[in-house]
Amino acid sequence: MIKDLFLRGLGAGAVAGLLAGLFGFLVGEPFIDQAIAIEEAAAGAGHSHADELVSRGGQAFGLFLATTLYGIVVGGLFALVYALVKGRFGPANEQTLAVTLAAGGFLAVVLVPFLKYPGNPPAVGDPETIGQRTVLYLVMLAIGLLALGAGAVVHRRYGWVAAVPAFLVIVGVAYAVLPAIQEVPGDFPAVLLWNFRVSSLGMQAVLWGVLGSVFALLSARRRVRV
Amino acid sequence: MSQMSSSPSIPVRTLLPWSAAVPVLLIVAYLVTMDSAGLLASSGDFLHELMHDGRHLLGVPCH
Repeated sequence: MIKDLFLRGLGAGAVAGLLAGLFGFLVGEPFIDQAIAIEEAAAGAGHSHADELVSRGGQAFGLFLATTLYGIVVGGLFALVYALVKGRFGPANEQTLAVTLAAGGFLAVVLVPFLKYPGNPPAVGDPETIGQRTVLYLVMLAIGLLALGAGAVVHRRYGWVAAVPAFLVIVGVAYAVLPAIQEVPGDFPAVLLWNFRVSSLGMQAVLWGVLGSVFALLSARRRVRV
Repeated sequence: MSQMSSSPSIPVRTLLPWSAAVPVLLIVAYLVTMDSAGLLASSGDFLHELMHDGRHLLGVPCH
């Protein structure tokens, strides 16, 4: 039973990760290439690339590897949360529950951290502060999950009218209290930054959307067969 | 009701052993998204560079 769900999660996650990788390859890669060109121009003409560990082509392959592994991880965790929540919390219908959980996961794990600490293209970000930025990003992610859980509990007792404000207050207080990070160089093209961030958000939307849909489809298929 | 695929809850008792999968999954997530120092020693840099574009587009802090 749980093994079925877990394998379903890993499978749906792998498919979601692959398709997210395809989206990233087609939509996001051109912006990364443009940002790297800016980074290299800034580093100067004497900057050598002979010592690079992985070629740009290798990194394009690595994109698929990264999104697929990430998808499998998210899918596995998704399945375990689904197994815990099923029959206890949320929509009774399995397909609706899968899609609702995926939407909630995207909201808490992606959108909440993104709006405070959005991803950056190459050439943006001070390597000195990577540790601090990583911690803040993870704190924001944890607060997203906390706010989602709190919102779900409040929703059960008081409905949407109370759940949405509860979620927004928790996230809003965190946004106000946590420090801002502004490391975009003044001369970095605004359009490129915007395009990169939208493509980054789009790739995550593909990942979570496909995960929820495929997971729901697989539970529907299983129901027909049994 | 037959149209609905509502199903009974899974007892926490049977769910608990599966929590062992969580740290394994989180280690993989760490290797994909965070591993700049190199948990895998020498191969850390290679993995970091290989999955460079993915990390940027996934929106996690990279460098």
